[in-house]
Amino acid sequence: MNSKTEYILHLADNGLILAQRLGEWCGHGPVLEQDIALTNIALDVLGQARYFYQYAAEVDGQGKSEDDYAYLRGEREFKNFLLLEQPNGDWAHTIMRQFFYDNFMQLVYTKLLLSTDKQIAAIASKAIKEVNYHLKFSSEWVIRMGDGTEESHERVQNAANTLWEFTGELFVPTDYDNEMASQGIAPDVTSLKNEWENRVNEIFAEATLQVPQAIWFQSGGKTGVHSENLGLLLTDLQYLQRTYPGASW
Amino acid sequence: MTILNLEEQFMNRIAADEKIEPKDWMPDKYRKTLIRQIAQHAHSEIVGMLPEANYISRAPSLRRKAALLAKIQDEAGHGLYLYCAAETLGAERDTLMDELHTGKAKYSSIFNYPTLTWADMGAIGWLVDGAAILNQVPLCKCSFGPYARAMVRVCKEESFHQRQGFEILLTLCNGTAEQKQMAQDSLNRWWWPSMMMFGPNDADSPNSEYSMKTKIKRFSNDELRQRFMDATKPQADILGLTIPDPDLKWNEVTGHWDYGEINWEEFNNVVQGNGPCNKLRVKARKEAWDNGKWVREAATAYAAKREQRKSETKQVA
Amino acid sequence: MDNRKRWPLWEVFIRGKHGLSHKHVGSLHAADADMAIENARDVYTRRQEGISIWVVESKDIAASDPKLNDAMFEPAADKVYRHPTFYDLPDELKHI
Repeated sequence: MNSKTEYILHLADNGLILAQRLGEWCGHGPVLEQDIALTNIALDVLGQARYFYQYAAEVDGQGKSEDDYAYLRGEREFKNFLLLEQPNGDWAHTIMRQFFYDNFMQLVYTKLLLSTDKQIAAIASKAIKEVNYHLKFSSEWVIRMGDGTEESHERVQNAANTLWEFTGELFVPTDYDNEMASQGIAPDVTSLKNEWENRVNEIFAEATLQVPQAIWFQSGGKTGVHSENLGLLLTDLQYLQRTYPGASW
Repeated sequence: MTILNLEEQFMNRIAADEKIEPKDWMPDKYRKTLIRQIAQHAHSEIVGMLPEANYISRAPSLRRKAALLAKIQDEAGHGLYLYCAAETLGAERDTLMDELHTGKAKYSSIFNYPTLTWADMGAIGWLVDGAAILNQVPLCKCSFGPYARAMVRVCKEESFHQRQGFEILLTLCNGTAEQKQMAQDSLNRWWWPSMMMFGPNDADSPNSEYSMKTKIKRFSNDELRQRFMDATKPQADILGLTIPDPDLKWNEVTGHWDYGEINWEEFNNVVQGNGPCNKLRVKARKEAWDNGKWVREAATAYAAKREQRKSETKQVA
Repeated sequence: MDNRKRWPLWEVFIRGKHGLSHKHVGSLHAADADMAIENARDVYTRRQEGISIWVVESKDIAASDPKLNDAMFEPAADKVYRHPTFYDLPDELKHI
């Protein structure tokens, strides 16, 4: 598989795995209005995933479909961030995961608008509008919970502390990242770190939250070395395609 | 003006097909009937999300996953519109939620059946939404304004739901033998509960008469059930599926399909809480609401703090 | 739960297209105005129904009393001279 396909699949997998997690909230949200809001985000990131899978299929040139990539690859082949496969936990964990990711993707998509690959730039120009809204939504909830009640403050601080170790991976380049950066297709992820941290500092300050200090960051998702969560998630996601090989739905 | 005069005026307005609005005078019974019906309807929408949500994670293609998510999200929206319509009559959403969670309020009994295969997503869209549409279209003309307007919006959005379900089944019926069997099995399980969705026979429907008289309801349970029967049979033929009713027969005289006896004992039991999933559904809704309490409180507390800071800044300036 | 802990009810008005006025579409609950606008976006514009949103807390709306409808609205009924069709003009007259 060439680097470009790998990179596009990395972007697609992020969207799919996050959508899969967010979909678990549907019907179980804290209030109807927010149930609907979170499903909108799920549909946006699922839509982004589909654009990227379809483009990956084209670049890969193996005659595969979007569903082949989503449903018929194993856990070692998925390239999503570890952050996104983490369980939903409570509303605080779900929102904090979202905030870390939105904050990052807003920076990535902004750079991808200038990608030398026209198709990636086109997908980014659609996705950036969605992510701008997601980032506003998740930032506001981080602030609301942080500066809300004692209980919400404790819960959202807890969520930040738990998820922090998965944020380092966002800025660790893989071979395909480096290759894409050298061709001007994708940004150098290490260059996004400062701005990402500045925004975390800014929002956390407003939310009266402490930015966690990590001794060690987990990584590996981008190259297919995942947490135990992913295999179970895929078992669920891929169940029908795996049980009835070759059937169309 | 005496109550009698008001009541007469009210009935004259109903007779003239005028819409009743929340601040208008209305008989207590009309208000109570509406609150009960709208709340039941709202509860049905949000409890109805659960059997389908059971398959979001397992939807067999990305296209199906997106459509299913959007459809279930619509149901949340429909519940929301309806709770708001009930709220115009003074019934707070939190109170209605409590009634759902304590089992005091009812919802459509069909959602107390389990979704066991992917084909059930098709059957729910085709049959359950199909039956719901027949119930809901006349409600767009219901005598109470906010309910009628909510239903106009619901019906507009609902139009893709039934098509979505039918397409799922059509794909299965054109697929492998195993898939077709999955579709038939699903029809077998969902057919009778769907027929029950229209409620008891007219003779046994205690609230129907008043609802018809005040034009909350415009067609009787049995009339709507017959329409459903007649509309669905040719659709089943297109799918190549058999409706599980040995008594099903075309009636030349009436020009309708005659159907067999409905198992009202089962219906009554499911309504009373003994269906396969009653406890599970109410528990899931209650957990969502209880787990959301601190979230709702956090937002309220933050809004109050912000409001206070704003007024403090104003004072300084 | 006491009233201060509940999210208040908001009325939502949406401008469907450029050039049209905002129209009441429904209501929803939200903790504050910002959230009400976002909730309105998520609930009421999922199918591109709007390009602008207004929200107002339901309790802040003043409404006319339906009991006074006769006094409020009937007096306008016989003022037919306010409508163009009241005036008899020859058919040959154009563009007026």
